[in-house]
Amino acid sequence: MLIIDDLHAEIDGKAILKGLSLTVNAGEVHAIMGPNGAGKSTLSYVLAGRAGYAVTGGSVTFLGRDLLALQPHERAAAGVFLGLQYPVEIPGVSNLNFLRTALNAQRGQRGEAEASGAEFMKLVKAVAADLGLPYEMLKRSVNQGFSGGEKKRNEMVQMAVLQPRLAVLDETDSGLDIDALRVVSEGINRMRGPERATLLITHYQRLLDYVVPDFVHVLVGGRIVRSGGAELAHVLERDGYVSIAA
Amino acid sequence: MSALPTRRDEAWRYSDLAAAASVWPVPAAETVTVAAGESLARTLILDAPDDAIVIHDYAITVAAGASLDFRILNAGGRYGRVALDVTLHAGARFDLGGVIIGRGATNREIVTTVRHAGPGAVSRQVVRCVAGDTATTTYLGKVAVAREGQQTDAAQSFKALLLDRGATANAKPELEIFADDVKCAHGATVGELDANALFYLESRGVPPAAARALLTRAFLSDAFEGLADDARDALEARLEALL
Repeated sequence: MLIIDDLHAEIDGKAILKGLSLTVNAGEVHAIMGPNGAGKSTLSYVLAGRAGYAVTGGSVTFLGRDLLALQPHERAAAGVFLGLQYPVEIPGVSNLNFLRTALNAQRGQRGEAEASGAEFMKLVKAVAADLGLPYEMLKRSVNQGFSGGEKKRNEMVQMAVLQPRLAVLDETDSGLDIDALRVVSEGINRMRGPERATLLITHYQRLLDYVVPDFVHVLVGGRIVRSGGAELAHVLERDGYVSIAA
Repeated sequence: MSALPTRRDEAWRYSDLAAAASVWPVPAAETVTVAAGESLARTLILDAPDDAIVIHDYAITVAAGASLDFRILNAGGRYGRVALDVTLHAGARFDLGGVIIGRGATNREIVTTVRHAGPGAVSRQVVRCVAGDTATTTYLGKVAVAREGQQTDAAQSFKALLLDRGATANAKPELEIFADDVKCAHGATVGELDANALFYLESRGVPPAAARALLTRAFLSDAFEGLADDARDALEARLEALL
């Protein structure tokens, strides 16, 4: 599904990713762990196409397409979802308006029929109830006045409505208490399926107790220095990144 | 109306004087009077073509205990000017919600003078503006509190979005206060669309132009706060069509 080959990327002329290669197949959950500054967030932004992240080498193929040639909104329509570490507040735009605009923009790009008002409301109410986000909050401005946990829960609501093929979740677990972590994990687990894949980018092993990955990769200095199964996360938790990177 | 204004007139500081001269003299100001204890709501939409010159003057009196809610959507004309001269008597209230949309080489402005002539009057002015290309957009807000205007409560908020390098937003609050127990607040900001919010929308599948339009509409709609839902929806629909 996703093939990253020898990816190099920089920000403001500073090289961050230095030859990162990774293959994610449909149905798999991969965790990328690494210390601060290893390039974890850069990887997620490069995959989503954020301006300011310059790819200087390598390739990214997503479902057979050159992902790097697509604009951010085209990547979303192709099925890439980026869960942000710090979801943005948008005053004056309600969550409902935001979600419906996004859903129909994606459907339009894919040549599918737009969701009617009734169809959309039914979908979003069901999703919000599943993930424990009060419907009232959906009427409020996007993430405005939401706690850290509510923002992440809202990311999960967006993901469940948009039904991406590949979810790239950047430190989705940061700043969450245990209850919020459970809800977010449940949101991720619900998305698991033979057609979908997830790339979990995280600092801590904690999330991986709830979302058990098929593969764990260690990202240090802009490259993947070690890969293994779910047990690798426990090794990291015990020994730290230094021993792995050495 | 009187003599042709010049650049020295504060109320015409950023105006398109040549355009004004071409239609001078303009008709006398329209008089609006809200009788004691009454409430009135007015909406003015300027959507003339970009070659028109439009000047609207209002002389407004809000009597004791009365209230006026005035909403303006200034999005028309090569030069589009709305000037309000409002006198508030004891305990009166004036709400202004103004939106200015500038594009091309247009010059559009809202100029207000709010006179707190009696005690305990309240004025609330919210003006939002978006300017692209080489447009000039201006809000001049003067608040004059007379000696009798104790316990005046006046507030102005102006925010502008500049979409292009050549676009201009001017804001000038002016306070003239002869009473000693008053609250007069004012604030002005000029900025650009939030790049993080734009990326957030795009990352969810919204194309850049639609994302910018959505954020711009949200920014401007502050000026429609406090309206009943249907009135607000009607203005937002006009806004959407005009953007």
